[in-house]
Amino acid sequence: MTSDQPGQSRLVPYFFALPAIAVMAIGLFYPVLETLRLSAYEVRLGEAPTSQAFRGLTIFAEVLSDPSVQASMLTTLKFAVIVVAIELVIGVGLALMLEGKIPGMSTLRTIFVLPMMIAPVCVGLIWRYMFDANAGPINSWLSFTGWQPAWLADADLALLAVCLTDIWQFTPFVFIMALAGLQGLDSSLVEAARVDGARLWQIIWYIKLPLLMPILMITLLMRLIDALRGLEVVYAMTNGGPGLATELFSLHIYKSAFVTQRMGHSAALSVCLLIVTTVLSAALLAVNNPMRRERA
Amino acid sequence: MTPAFARSAPRLLQMATAWLLALVVIVPLAVMVATSFKTQRQIFDSGFSFFFMPTLDNYRNILEGRFLGYVGNSIIVGVVSTLATLVIGTMCAYALSRFRFAGRGTLAWSTLLLRTIPPAVLAVPIYFIWNRIGLDGLGGLIVVYVALNLPFTIWLLYGFIEQIPRELEESAAVDGCGPFRGFFVLILPLLKPGLAAAGIFTFRIAWNELVLSSILTNRTTRTLPYAVFLFIKDTGIDWGELMAAGVLIAIPPLIFTFMAARQIIAGLTSGAVKG
Repeated sequence: MTSDQPGQSRLVPYFFALPAIAVMAIGLFYPVLETLRLSAYEVRLGEAPTSQAFRGLTIFAEVLSDPSVQASMLTTLKFAVIVVAIELVIGVGLALMLEGKIPGMSTLRTIFVLPMMIAPVCVGLIWRYMFDANAGPINSWLSFTGWQPAWLADADLALLAVCLTDIWQFTPFVFIMALAGLQGLDSSLVEAARVDGARLWQIIWYIKLPLLMPILMITLLMRLIDALRGLEVVYAMTNGGPGLATELFSLHIYKSAFVTQRMGHSAALSVCLLIVTTVLSAALLAVNNPMRRERA
Repeated sequence: MTPAFARSAPRLLQMATAWLLALVVIVPLAVMVATSFKTQRQIFDSGFSFFFMPTLDNYRNILEGRFLGYVGNSIIVGVVSTLATLVIGTMCAYALSRFRFAGRGTLAWSTLLLRTIPPAVLAVPIYFIWNRIGLDGLGGLIVVYVALNLPFTIWLLYGFIEQIPRELEESAAVDGCGPFRGFFVLILPLLKPGLAAAGIFTFRIAWNELVLSSILTNRTTRTLPYAVFLFIKDTGIDWGELMAAGVLIAIPPLIFTFMAARQIIAGLTSGAVKG
């Protein structure tokens, strides 16, 4: 099964790879090129790019100085930093705490996977209802305090609600990743430290966490990329509102294309987002590339 | 405090924390299910309660319209794109794992980089390109979903194929078994766990995806996520019907999760955890 075989077998790998290459070329690669091209034109939905509409690179200066774009970037930054930080702390903390044999752990893990498996639109709608000011369960449970905030109508509270929803949905992911990492640790190191009289926090801080670092880096990058990619939950939950308070960058891209119908604007922002996610993705591969395998 | 209690107390604390968390995860889902069986009056009258006289009206109402047609669309899109992704993806993963060929490195890298492409970025160009080449309806949606799922599927199955010892095919090759027979007869049957995990993730994306569904479908070709999304109206929301629709769309992923949690967790942690 090596390429040293003569004759027609040289073509065999291409036979196996070609269908995937073709579909990814038309469904992923070509659209990326088209985005680059569209970003140079200011066209509306349904119009073909013409030479009059050609803007070139000036559109990037224009979109990046747009106040609504800057607001969306700031919101996205806040959202991403808050949710990823909290999810990592809680997720890793829980994994360290619940490590080891707990009765029913497999049932628990099944339960923890649920929020990631159901449709994001479903997650958005559930939490839209949870936070609803009139009919929502959260205000109903808060009623004894007399505090009845209009969660999704207040800019700060809406962003908080969106963050809490993401934390609900993805802390289990960090937990599962960290738990998998802990189970893969060399237990003899922990045992040796214990024999030498290391305290619990010392074992966690000086042995477990450093050994977990690679997997935590991967988890961090995956969560960051997802936080930048996602828009469906917010779209269903707040539609970016009130005002622009929860309009994450991806949602802004989508809405500027299909609601306000500024294709060039949307494409230019797409290019910016693509650059960021690709850099993060490359960082992820630098930490861990599952296909890099030196062949002897 | 007896020594026995001192030893079991941390264990009890662990258990309590774990199940408390499970509760936090489950309550919002339970709220959705409960609300889907409530009348409008039960939803708005008093505080939220899990105890009420259930009604099936919400389900009856949503299933009266075009909803069943959308369920059918979603099933078609989900099943076809999953099967296509698995076949095409496994073949590509096999090529990457077992052969050295010109372009292998480029293919591996671009696959891994394209894995994180945001769907929102794809929406605009896909809309233009699909219009231009006349690819519309469910077929158009299926092609995007296959493309979107291929990188992860290739990534995942590559790992599974790498674990199969090469000697298996090499010894079969001595007996005259070529790469094609080797792939279909030797490799594929051994990949069942990997195919299960990849299949679940692919189906989940195709079944749950909202953005591309919203721009590539119309009244007849719509899939469930967008149909559910459209229950949100500016004039007010019928929470009962909305939650009933939410329950219906959540059922297949929930079934998969309970049937194949192990494969899902293997898929989630793939690439990050060796072995």
